[in-house]
Amino acid sequence: MGICVACFIRDIAGGLGLHRAEAVQYLRPEVPGFVIGSMLAALAAGEFRARGGSSPVIRFVLGFFVMIGALVFLGCPLRMVLRLAGGDLNAVCGMLGFTAGIWVGALALRRGFTLGRSVRLGVGNAVALPALSVLLLVLVVAAPAFIFASSTGPGSARAPVLWALIAGLVVGALAQRSRLCLAGGIRDLILIRDSHLFSGFAAIFVVALVLNVISGRFKLGFQGQPVAHSDWLWNFMGMAAVGLGASLLGGCPLRQCVLAGEGDADSAMAFLGMLVGAAFAHNWGIASSPAGPTANGKVATVVALVVMAIIAYMGIEASAKPNQQRIAGEA
Amino acid sequence: MSHRVDARGLSCPQPVVMTKKALETIGLGTGPKALGGSEISDASGRCEIIEVLVDNRTAMENVSRFARHSGYDADVRTGEEGEDCYIVRICVEGRA
Repeated sequence: MGICVACFIRDIAGGLGLHRAEAVQYLRPEVPGFVIGSMLAALAAGEFRARGGSSPVIRFVLGFFVMIGALVFLGCPLRMVLRLAGGDLNAVCGMLGFTAGIWVGALALRRGFTLGRSVRLGVGNAVALPALSVLLLVLVVAAPAFIFASSTGPGSARAPVLWALIAGLVVGALAQRSRLCLAGGIRDLILIRDSHLFSGFAAIFVVALVLNVISGRFKLGFQGQPVAHSDWLWNFMGMAAVGLGASLLGGCPLRQCVLAGEGDADSAMAFLGMLVGAAFAHNWGIASSPAGPTANGKVATVVALVVMAIIAYMGIEASAKPNQQRIAGEA
Repeated sequence: MSHRVDARGLSCPQPVVMTKKALETIGLGTGPKALGGSEISDASGRCEIIEVLVDNRTAMENVSRFARHSGYDADVRTGEEGEDCYIVRICVEGRA
């Protein structure tokens, strides 16, 4: 399955018992690894800084609906790229939707959309999510009876804890240094014709493609792709919700984990929104399965797009107020 | 003395979008007149400055890269307005 931030957060929600979908429950050490790896890299570079206060509740809601979209598609933007590199043509529908969502988000940004300024906060705000990450690692190793772990399905497919943690730490640290953002790459191409961030997107695609071809895992087509469904419309719509939400949040799910590790309490709120969104996605039958999207999932995706559109509109309105955005010519 | 864009506390890509708008406004000649008086200097010696204030390194890198890609000279100053402030100074040739 490779790395999928949305799927891993969903598994963590299951491992904590926030949802009871037995096939997708496991406290994935990769996700705490992303957060802690980013924190260590940021500390080493002098970039760790406690900040927040930029519309935390709205960021929670956006995180929630990004997760809904991702679980209707069955993957975060990173997994979408990995699926593309595996020859999964369903991911092309997802990619088109993702781009459409980002395009709408870029329109809002161009018109001045903002969630408001963040300010420097006490250090407790910055270490809350890294501390939760450490707690998750303790729980996965200690494996107390109240923690769930799938014995079948995607949640049972896992790397050894130590390797998963090391992989997470390395990815988190590299993503922190490189500012990697799968949504930001496409956004910058649309908004400012800059390919800097997109080069990360392209590099992941090329490396994964080469590895897939060498290992014989490349399989071009729509049918029979691993943990994917072939309903093109809802692949498009799900990723459109992810693209729009990620644009408004300022980054994809991986980037939110990385920013949270750097001390950004607003991204920590988005992370918590994604965690709760994953729980609801399974408790309410919203998440798709390889058999296809559900009726509830379709309704939830439409609700996600509508709510995000309202948030985008309100964010543009807010930017018209003088304190939110200042471009002043001082003489 | 210069044009100033305060993008502190804003998340990406808002600082870059604000910089883009400021460059477009001044490039179109609708902004305030040239003031100059800076250390960034172009060949003609006339250099209108836009100062973009940001509070994190990522935004500083993004704004600087955007300015250079758009064909402007840019440099960065730190510490003048507190420890959390980077000032990206972009030289706009006297087009106003």
